[in-house]
Amino acid sequence: MCGATQAALFQGSPTRNFLNPCVTRQGNIESSKLKMPHQVSLFVPCFVDQLLPEVAVDTVKVLRRIGYAVEFPEDQTCCGQPAFNTGYWNEARFCAEHFVRVFKHAEVVVCPSGSCATMVRTFYADLLASSSLRDDAKTVASRTFELSEFLVKVAGVTQVGATFPHAVTYHASCHGLRELHLRDEPLQLLRQVAGLKLVEMARSEECCGFGGTFAMKFPDISAAMGISKAENVAATKAEFVTAIDPSCLMHLQGIMGKRKDQARTIHLASILAHDGSTQVRP
Amino acid sequence: MSATAAQRFLQDAAAKSADLVHREIIRRGMDSYDAAHLKGRARIKDWEAARQKCQEIKREAINHLDRYLLQFEEKVIARGGHVFWATNGAEACEYVKNLATQRGVRTVVKSKSMVTEEIHLGPVLEKVGIKVWETDFGEYIVQLRDEPPYHIVTPAMHLNRGQIAELFREKLDPGIISDDPADLMAAARRKLRQAFFTAEMGISGANFLVADAGVVAISTNEGNGRLCTSVPRIHIVVTGIEKVIPRLEDLAVLWPVLATSGTGQGITTYSTLIGGPRRAGEVDGPEEFHVVLVDNGRSQLLADAEQREVLHCIRCGACLNICPVFRHVGGHTYGTTYPGPIGSVLTPHLGGIKEFNHLSYASSLCGACTSVCPVKIDLHHHLLQNRRNATEAGATKSSERMMFRAWRAAMVHPWIYALGGWSMRKVLRIVYGMGLSGTFLDPMRVWNRHRAPVPLPSESFRARWRKGLGTN
Repeated sequence: MCGATQAALFQGSPTRNFLNPCVTRQGNIESSKLKMPHQVSLFVPCFVDQLLPEVAVDTVKVLRRIGYAVEFPEDQTCCGQPAFNTGYWNEARFCAEHFVRVFKHAEVVVCPSGSCATMVRTFYADLLASSSLRDDAKTVASRTFELSEFLVKVAGVTQVGATFPHAVTYHASCHGLRELHLRDEPLQLLRQVAGLKLVEMARSEECCGFGGTFAMKFPDISAAMGISKAENVAATKAEFVTAIDPSCLMHLQGIMGKRKDQARTIHLASILAHDGSTQVRP
Repeated sequence: MSATAAQRFLQDAAAKSADLVHREIIRRGMDSYDAAHLKGRARIKDWEAARQKCQEIKREAINHLDRYLLQFEEKVIARGGHVFWATNGAEACEYVKNLATQRGVRTVVKSKSMVTEEIHLGPVLEKVGIKVWETDFGEYIVQLRDEPPYHIVTPAMHLNRGQIAELFREKLDPGIISDDPADLMAAARRKLRQAFFTAEMGISGANFLVADAGVVAISTNEGNGRLCTSVPRIHIVVTGIEKVIPRLEDLAVLWPVLATSGTGQGITTYSTLIGGPRRAGEVDGPEEFHVVLVDNGRSQLLADAEQREVLHCIRCGACLNICPVFRHVGGHTYGTTYPGPIGSVLTPHLGGIKEFNHLSYASSLCGACTSVCPVKIDLHHHLLQNRRNATEAGATKSSERMMFRAWRAAMVHPWIYALGGWSMRKVLRIVYGMGLSGTFLDPMRVWNRHRAPVPLPSESFRARWRKGLGTN
């Protein structure tokens, strides 16, 4: 079934990159080292697992629709970012080593969060520099991708067969933007979604104010930043605000909910998973 | 002490971030900066290459600070100037104060200098009866208000012209009725002109100390800098040791990059090079020229290989302007000489990791600061390192330490993690079901104070995976 869907989806569109991910369009991933993945190992951030499971369910849908087998290593917990960002590198190290053990045999690790993917990709090398798992950590880090990054840069796919007939504005989550340098990839995917009207908001690259423990340590600053973001979203009159980071969206959902804003939050994976056969969840 | 600075920050941040008038003033100021900055950057053919070059120049200077500072000193002394090396702020203040009292100085005019703010020079001089005039327009305004500068480049950006007119009416002349910027500037100028011509001593900072030429480079926009450095009998430069750069030609890139990052200008209105006192046959310039090189914790930072590059900072203020935290809490909330991202990185080093540790955390780690820094300081990652250092030094709360120890146990045992997540959702569902969200019984009360509660799913993703989602 996957084959048929694929054929339908990619009729007339260049599929070379999809078939051979060693050739990427942007070229700044060393995918020559990456064998053509058949199976994707799903890295589901802990808070997504526990609080926002739909984001991960939708990620699975998208990956399967474009022809990947998906596995979910059930021993996974957290990447260690909460401890790492709070300064508890020793505690984070234990967690990171656990993560590396769980994922060390994965062909490719895909995560529907720019922030958690950043933790593995950008910070594991330093964090585990003197660990016995140092080499495995480097391998896992080089094979870990945020979802939109994986789709566009590794799989070479921008058209995933989604339909979403709504006005959507895009918030550029900080870690995806400034640590993984994903400025255009999510937008490329959104532009290919049937029926979707992309509306640009003011200051789309300014932080929403979540910042992990920042939101708990400085609740008033975090909320003020969230309100500024919500105001920018509201000004676009879009029905939805989307992002590649579920944490930004969880924070904005709370802020916008309290303000009783019209717009709703939706993760990029959930837009891409939407094939028009069902209504969007209220 | 540590609780006080941190608590004050929390309180002020809460007040300021809810102050919509303040936010609007800052938003307007920053919007016009953003536009100018963008235009300014476009003027430079390859901005990234310029940043790279500036980073290399500063890295070379900082890595050979000893050599370049001595080279600078030698040249200045050869021209008849004096150089004083101050280990800390107190030594620097003492030198300036003694010099001023020995020379019978009654009035001092200052051009903008953040280092003199850092070492609190003004109050030291005033204590011995010397009148100190801030002559930069913004600095003059905050001095009249008895406030520290709000921002390192634009000290009075938190005030609109109505507020400034009111201040001038109260402090300068009850006859001021207009709030037209030109009229306000003229009112200040009338006062400051008198000061320039009565002052026996001028104090300035430095943007760069050029080692090979042995000159001080100063960038200003109002002309007050040149008056301060050339009219009074004595000119003292008070500056940090990290300001040295190797070569005069380095200014060719550093000057425009500083101006672009600071205000969006191609170059500031006045770019001044000063190498010593008035020489025989010259018609103007000071009779005495002194440079006070302030360490004040900088060499300690130099010894830290991981964070040495923080000394690259050229104090342009770009990181403050883009910082969403700064935009919401404003400059005074930080309670430090250097606010914003660079201040949050630097202050724990200069002022003590225990007292200022909260600033390491007062960032969402969005990295916007790093993306604009013209000398490419990895600001937000240094905040992470400061957090790590503070944790290792035991500067964090014991309750937090215990929490993360428990967290670690859960994260390496998937069953504890899963059970923990399941119980948390159960507890929250009960609390929310009883309508107790936001009360002291709600474990998420801090979150829920400003937000609608997160809707709770009945099952985790892993549970759904096990129940059939896992079949490819």
